[in-house]
Amino acid sequence: MWFWANVTGSFLEEDHSFNLDEVSVPEIMQILTLILQIAILLVIVLLHVAYATYFERKIIGHMQVRMGPMLVGYHGLLQPIADGIKSFFKEDVVPAQADKPLFLFAPVICLVTMLTSLAVIPFAKGWVLADINIGLLFIFAMSSLASYGVILAGWASNSKYTFLGGMRSMAQVISYEIPLGLSLVGVMMLSGSLNLTAIVNSQGNSFSSMYLFPQIIGFFVFFLAMLAETNRVPFDLPEAETELVSGYITEYSGMRYALFFMAEYIGMMVMASIGTTCFLGGWNGPFEVPFFPPLWFILKVYGFIFFFIWIRATLPRYRYDQLMALGWKLLIPLALLNIFLTGLFKILVH
Amino acid sequence: MVNQLLFLYCAVVIIGTGLVAVRSRNPVYSVLAVMVLFFHIAGLYLLLNAEFLAAVQIIVYAGAILVLYLFVLFLVSLRQEVKIERFIASHRVSALVSVCLGVCLLAIIPTFKLGAKGQYPVERIEQLTHTKAMGLELYSNFILPFEIAALILLIAVIGGLVLARNEKEVKE
Repeated sequence: MWFWANVTGSFLEEDHSFNLDEVSVPEIMQILTLILQIAILLVIVLLHVAYATYFERKIIGHMQVRMGPMLVGYHGLLQPIADGIKSFFKEDVVPAQADKPLFLFAPVICLVTMLTSLAVIPFAKGWVLADINIGLLFIFAMSSLASYGVILAGWASNSKYTFLGGMRSMAQVISYEIPLGLSLVGVMMLSGSLNLTAIVNSQGNSFSSMYLFPQIIGFFVFFLAMLAETNRVPFDLPEAETELVSGYITEYSGMRYALFFMAEYIGMMVMASIGTTCFLGGWNGPFEVPFFPPLWFILKVYGFIFFFIWIRATLPRYRYDQLMALGWKLLIPLALLNIFLTGLFKILVH
Repeated sequence: MVNQLLFLYCAVVIIGTGLVAVRSRNPVYSVLAVMVLFFHIAGLYLLLNAEFLAAVQIIVYAGAILVLYLFVLFLVSLRQEVKIERFIASHRVSALVSVCLGVCLLAIIPTFKLGAKGQYPVERIEQLTHTKAMGLELYSNFILPFEIAALILLIAVIGGLVLARNEKEVKE
């Protein structure tokens, strides 16, 4: 993360006459503050992930008229911490016939790619680690790499269930990346930029100027593709419990299982952040919040995550051929139509 | 200085992973080595200020094409690690051919000349952003090659459709 943030940050925007012998104290300070910022962001995001699981269990519990976790702490508030400690001390079992290096490395790929995409997300005005010109493309690149972790986990575990889960995920991610990318092309056309900060700024400050309204088709496609990209219900075929035990993570245990879990929740958060920046006006809200500018951003992201959980508690799973038909026959044509309409609109206005 | 070091790092990794990709007996490892290689090619693009190309390199090559390769590989070698046989049985013949090729490549290096500077120096690209500069050029001066590429891709899509459809009809 540091490498990418640094390379992209310092090499794309700053001068190139940077000399190793001339590294001055302010530059070292700059690098140190960057590392500190990354550490703070990581801690906050990982804590958020821990509590997102609590949030999910509580909401689903109440939707199904039960209490959810109640035993550890007040209303189960310490449950995520207990879960974390448990998975940390659990034995890390590697199947005897597994491809060991890949088996051990797969969850790391998943987590690292997800964490890396956090670097370009603007949480508030100026609250972004690497404000690069190709922010949106960077996130696509990282999310397409995350599928490697899933595929390799499925293959390396040397088990039928994991292999089927990995194959399904591979096909699903390839299919849904296309509508996901195309659905955001309309936003890129309206804002004229791939920089996430610029996209937020171009949406202005008012409720009606959010891209949600002119890009309602794009938002529809984005939302469905987002659910599929993050392998959430109703598109959770790669880990369909009733068919595949738990898909590609069947053979994992302990901390490596937790890494996959964290990657999934960070993926949800990254996708929700993109939805917020591209369609809901990012950090802008009804009024400016003193001391804590990212408040509106966080509320919107949590709104998205609440929707994710609501859908999980409500909808049944799609069948595999239905999933493919939806992606290729409905979402991609819709996204292309949206691009066409946006282009037409832009020509007519100018 | 930092730029040169980064270039050196990328170049060494590209050569190393290229060797691994060719030499590895397990095709899955070969594909992964090529993935790392693509990553470092993207790094080279970043060093050249071509940020859009770098992102597309990762999205298209590492993210889509290599995943399809893995897909095919898994479908073909379902649960059995395919070991690739050597192309040439004799080590000496292959060594001789490689040395000759290496000498040829080294001999070409001195003829390398820097091209004349075009209308997009680094400062202009930085001011315009690489994505925009590329879009402007692609859709104005290079519209014909662009359309030709689009036509070729369209033919490939139609070909894929025809192939898939035939198979289905045969089954029925």
